Amino acid sequence: MGPGVRRDDVSKFLRPAFALFALLLAFTAPASAHPHVWVVAASELIYAADGTISGVRHAWTFDDMFSTYAVQGIESKTKGVYTSEELAPLAQTNVESLKEFGFFTFAKADGKKEKFLEPVDYYLEQKDGALVLHFTLPFKTPFKTKALALEIYDPSFFVDFSLAKQDPIRLVGAPASCTLAIQRPNDGTAGAQKLNEQTFMNGENSNYGAMFANKVTVDCP
Amino acid sequence: MRYLVGGCLALLAVAMLVDATLHPALAQNPFGAPRPAPDAQVGGIVGWLLAKQSEFYREMSSTIRAAKSDGSAVWTLLAISFAYGIFHAAGPGHGKAVISSYLVANEETARRGIALSFASALMQALVAVAIVGICAWLLNATAKTMCGAERAIEIASYALIAAFGARLVWTKGGGFFRALQARHPAPAMAHAHHDHGHHHDHHHHHHDDHVHDEHCGHSHGPTPDQLAGPGGWRRGFGAIFAVGIRPCSGAILVLVFALAQGLFWAGVAATFVMGLGTAITVATIAVIAVSAKDLARRLSAGRDGGGALVMRGLEFGAAGLVLLLGVGLLAGYIAAERVTCF
Repeated sequence: MGPGVRRDDVSKFLRPAFALFALLLAFTAPASAHPHVWVVAASELIYAADGTISGVRHAWTFDDMFSTYAVQGIESKTKGVYTSEELAPLAQTNVESLKEFGFFTFAKADGKKEKFLEPVDYYLEQKDGALVLHFTLPFKTPFKTKALALEIYDPSFFVDFSLAKQDPIRLVGAPASCTLAIQRPNDGTAGAQKLNEQTFMNGENSNYGAMFANKVTVDCP
Repeated sequence: MRYLVGGCLALLAVAMLVDATLHPALAQNPFGAPRPAPDAQVGGIVGWLLAKQSEFYREMSSTIRAAKSDGSAVWTLLAISFAYGIFHAAGPGHGKAVISSYLVANEETARRGIALSFASALMQALVAVAIVGICAWLLNATAKTMCGAERAIEIASYALIAAFGARLVWTKGGGFFRALQARHPAPAMAHAHHDHGHHHDHHHHHHDDHVHDEHCGHSHGPTPDQLAGPGGWRRGFGAIFAVGIRPCSGAILVLVFALAQGLFWAGVAATFVMGLGTAITVATIAVIAVSAKDLARRLSAGRDGGGALVMRGLEFGAAGLVLLLGVGLLAGYIAAERVTCF
């Protein structure tokens, strides 16, 4: 039995093994792609007097289940009713935790990524039983741009963001010439069906949620 | 805050210990192979699965609310939970990777695969109920505290997967390389491997004196009597513990929500029914994995000694996969289902 023959044998024998592995991998390819938290976002783009964009102000309304979960164990004067003061420590936790995820907010000016500073003016309020998180993300360097793209989404799709039905994005103090276009994920499921095994095998699932992104573009000619 | 997390964990540890005394095997087998828990979707059915999961999940909160005034809504809740469990686990995660790889790495039967799936899903449900029952119900801890406990469990579980995988690789690697060597001098003997593959490994244990393998048992295939006796079950506890220790974030949310509505028992029932659904899916995958291995065995059989090599290689690879999963999850390269921490 020469070594050449043996190698050939081995490759032949190992083929079914590889096939089985491919199958096993298909079942184990990881991607967290199932939302547990739903957020309805309404946001404002804040413009300074000189026309530069200084930051993004969010108001995120959480779903019923998560709102209830989040206030677990928090003391309140009236049972089930929480004031913004009582929720202040939770709001603190929220913005601190959200940092890890880049506040799920992604801005590009003329195709270039813009960075945010730490959030300011953050607080929680309880509205119709649901928690609403308010916070402002100031841009690291306020900038002027002809084309701003703002996206709000969770790349891992643990949080399902959707834009509010009415006035999801408002331009505050923007030059009158600016026009706003909003692109909602037309239908998450339609996009998802375009995926195949390959998408998950090549490890690109990290940006899976991009298909469900809410994209806002502002053109200021 | 920190001591509350500690308290929660300590209580959980006590709960686990009590559990362990009930099942001495658990205590003997500190090596668990926790699940990789990634909650993933595969294939073109992704969108459909996603839509269904989300639908069922969102219906849960409204159904629990409805159950406050209308008891019959609990039945709806259970039906939704069951369906959610099935769909939720349909993507990779919830122990499928570890259980399937464990089954492939060892001479396991489909029946044991099913039993392991159900036992691990049951444990996942128990841990979820324990976390919320102890932390939220007894201690009235905040979500942040619970999340801390969940995170600690998560890290422990990934470390356990990696350790479990390393152990499998060590033992299976030996079998693989001996099969490689055995091919040349004695093809006849190698041929015997695919019929009685466990013999070879078994001898190895006597030589190397890895006594603890007798508990873990991932090192060699079971003989029929091992499968039948209680010892056969003991070997699976590592996998069950590993997979079951990390609860599903969704179950935690549902439990806390039910607790807040004053219907904790409904949440507990929903969690167990969800676990049942999960178990069915995981068991299906486990049976596929075992069948696939049988197919590989049949395809490679009669290839004069190569069969043993293929099978040992396959087992070695499956062991490696468990190790990779554990390390990947621990290092954060593989995204697992996130703990609800904000």
